[in-house]
Amino acid sequence: MKFGLLINEGPYNHQAADTAYQFARAALARGHRIQRVFFYNDGVNNATKLTEPPQDDRHIVNRWTKLAQDHGIDLVVCVAAGLRRGLVEDNLAPGFRISGLGQLVEAGIESDRLVVFGD
Amino acid sequence: MTEVAEAVERETETRAVVKKFMFVNRRAPYGTIYALEGLEVALISAAFDQDVSLAFLDDGVYQLVKGQQTKGLEVKNFSPTYRALEGYDIEKLYVERESLEARGIAEEQLLVAVEIVSAREMAELMEAQDVIIAF
Repeated sequence: MKFGLLINEGPYNHQAADTAYQFARAALARGHRIQRVFFYNDGVNNATKLTEPPQDDRHIVNRWTKLAQDHGIDLVVCVAAGLRRGLVEDNLAPGFRISGLGQLVEAGIESDRLVVFGD
Repeated sequence: MTEVAEAVERETETRAVVKKFMFVNRRAPYGTIYALEGLEVALISAAFDQDVSLAFLDDGVYQLVKGQQTKGLEVKNFSPTYRALEGYDIEKLYVERESLEARGIAEEQLLVAVEIVSAREMAELMEAQDVIIAF
C-alpha cells in the first residue's frame, strides 16, 4: 500500500512526531511505500538542522534524513507554516524540501491512505 | 519517456482522480493555530477539483460563530474567510448538533449556511470519505 503521512506536531514536544517515524519505519519494513511525508503546523520544526538534542536522546531530525536517504522518501515542509516559524532553506536539514500546501492535497489524492499524526 | 512527458502524464492522472476530502475542525478558532492553518489547507484543496467538505464539532463549532472580536487578543479575526468558501466551490459545511447544543449555540448565530447533522450522521459522512484531515 502507498501511504501519505501528515505530521502536525513539533519534535520532542509531542509524541506525534515519534509515532509518525515509527509508523513509517514499520510500514516500510512490511513492504509498503511512503509516497510523501508532509510537515505542517509545528510539525515543520522536525526539519530544522539546528536541532541538537542531548547525546543520550534520539535525534528526531537526523532520523528523518536517514530514512529519506535510505528509502527515497519525499519529505516536504509547508512553506507558509515554515516561514511563520522561522524554518527556511538556510536551516533546512538534508533530505527535506520546502513546498506548498498543494503537496499535501496531492498526497491525499495519490496515496492509498493519508495518515494524520497530530494532537 | 522524457521527464516532461512523465510529469504531464502524472499530472493528468492526478487531475482525473476525484476523492472525497473532509477537513474536520475540532478546536476553538483562537488559542491555538489549528483552526487557521486548517482553513488554509481547505482553501488550497479547492484548486485540485476534489469533492471537499468541512466538518465542525466539539469546540470547532465556535469557529463559525458570528461577531468574533479578536482585538484584545491581538490576533487576526479570520472568520470572514468562512464566508468566502462558497466562492471556492466549497459548499458542504457540516456542523454537529450535539456540539452546538452542549455549548448553547443556535443555528442563527452561525455566520454561514451550514447543514446541521447528528453525531451519528457525522459518523456516516466520515465513513464515506476517502481522505480525512483533522485539525
